[in-house]
Amino acid sequence: MRAFVSFSVLALIVVGLALSLSHVPFGKDRMQVANYYLDHGVADTGATNLVTAVVLNYRALDTLGEVTVLFIASLGLGVFLSWPKKKEGTQEEGKRELPEASLIVRRGSQFLFPLIILFGGYIFLHGHLTPGGGFQGGSVIASAFLLMFLGNNAYRLRHTPLTVTESLAGITFVVVGLIGLGVGGYFLNNFLPKGSMFSLFSAGVIPILYSAIGLKVGAELSGIVANMFESRSER
Amino acid sequence: MIYIAILTVAMLIAGLAAYFFRDLIAAVVACAAVSLIASVLFYLLQAPDVAMAEAAIGAGLTTAIFVIAIRKTGRYEK
Repeated sequence: MRAFVSFSVLALIVVGLALSLSHVPFGKDRMQVANYYLDHGVADTGATNLVTAVVLNYRALDTLGEVTVLFIASLGLGVFLSWPKKKEGTQEEGKRELPEASLIVRRGSQFLFPLIILFGGYIFLHGHLTPGGGFQGGSVIASAFLLMFLGNNAYRLRHTPLTVTESLAGITFVVVGLIGLGVGGYFLNNFLPKGSMFSLFSAGVIPILYSAIGLKVGAELSGIVANMFESRSER
Repeated sequence: MIYIAILTVAMLIAGLAAYFFRDLIAAVVACAAVSLIASVLFYLLQAPDVAMAEAAIGAGLTTAIFVIAIRKTGRYEK
């Protein structure tokens, strides 16, 4: 019975795939969408970085899904690491401290920290003009926090500001999308004026959305790193 | 073109090394090397956006998270 069911499901999938793929002409030039983006992308969105134009204008809903996936992954890791374990043995394990890093490493990491944060902010603020964007800038910001964790033993990250930043950024993304729905008729419509090309305040809502994504990704990845460092050890 | 071929071969070697190392820290470092070479390859193939993401996440954050996880569990493959 079970073999029959699995075989029929498999046959259904194979037939469906064959039927739907038989309409695709293989070997012909089917890149009409990409050519449209290359020809009209800058005029449509005002973003000179065409990758950003696709990610945050033509395919912005997919980006919202991507951010949600990262959020769920971070949430799952947080739940998993804060799972209550058995108590015995954890007290003396927790007291075993690593030796303090040298003065040069400590001061060097503290000196580099604001510069890396600034660089991450630059990447996501200029996401519509130069290569990079919210995901790249956010991960650069998270690597700054990672450097602080590695260089300073006593460094602890307060989780409340991270959570607040993440929530506000997520709310900003959805609210901007809903305003677009109200003004222009579809979700995540680019309702602000495009501005002049190559200036920071151009491309409509794209800088706002990418700043929100940058802050959200930065907060999530920093939270993941902090959770990993603060979790109790197994042995 | 020759650079791309050399980098691809180096990436392949690093990937195989990550598979064969018994020391998990060494394997993670080999994985980081794969990510780093992939990032350079993305840049050479004119995809700087992807190259930035790969360098920051693949070579940086993932390696650190793996190393922390290995430090909290066990270093050698059983």
